[in-house]
Amino acid sequence: MRNWWKILAVALLIYTLVMGLTGKVPALAIVHETIRNLYFHVTMWFGMIILFTIGLVYSIRYLAGMKQEHDIIASEAIFVGTLFGTLGLLTGSLWARYTWGAWWTVDPQLNGALAAMLAYFAYVILRGSMDEEQKRARISAVYNIFAYVMMLIFIIIIPKFTDVDSMHPGKGGNPGFNTYDLDSNMRAVFYPAIIGWTLLGLWMMQLRVRIRRLKASGNI
Amino acid sequence: MISETMKKTLFLFVFLYSFLAASAQEGPEMADLMYSNGKIYVVVGVILLIFAGIIAYLVAIDRKVSRVERELKEKQK
Repeated sequence: MRNWWKILAVALLIYTLVMGLTGKVPALAIVHETIRNLYFHVTMWFGMIILFTIGLVYSIRYLAGMKQEHDIIASEAIFVGTLFGTLGLLTGSLWARYTWGAWWTVDPQLNGALAAMLAYFAYVILRGSMDEEQKRARISAVYNIFAYVMMLIFIIIIPKFTDVDSMHPGKGGNPGFNTYDLDSNMRAVFYPAIIGWTLLGLWMMQLRVRIRRLKASGNI
Repeated sequence: MISETMKKTLFLFVFLYSFLAASAQEGPEMADLMYSNGKIYVVVGVILLIFAGIIAYLVAIDRKVSRVERELKEKQK
């Protein structure tokens, strides 16, 4: 059964949806029930970083061996990663509206995440602007290495060490959910949720890669 | 012609729907899952149905791609 991981993805996500909505969560001021967004909003970013890391690995492998296969995997990992990141921005914005009172705040974590996404939107646009296959693969692989480093700086480093305190949990003066109130009930849903959403992303990526391979074979 | 996946998906929907419909019947109040906790389980049911639809769609694409891959392999022989 070589598709076992797809079944695992669906099983974990059914568990996530049911337990995410009905499981026990700590009663906290301000966030109330919205703490359940941890299983949906935060997991989008985990999935995105994993997909972008796959993209980085295959961009480097492309530059090392110039195999078209590696370019296909890198670009499709980034495409699905960008989808996850966009969903992360939208869900975060909705969550912020009902906990912080605004759709968007001038916050290092929020603006950093937006800047990181823009770096990857630029990757997609850059690829779209080139027709010649090898040139497109080479330039986008080189750009992707820069984009990945920028993403880490914008999402992880700047919000962590900036003078302007971020309101976002885990950044600036605020502890993350996992340091003070992510209890064992929530962990039992949060970790499976990360794996489930990431596997779903990998499934979407695999489908896109297979379609691209068929196209590349020149028979469609 | 209805494919095997379609049949399975349809069956799943009918099964889930009959479960929801059965639990919505009126009568003396019993330990009814779908009415408890502010009816949150109804939302869980709705989300699961939508999720089932999305997954069925993904499975359908997956099978279609597999079929084209097989056809291509045979053509290349």
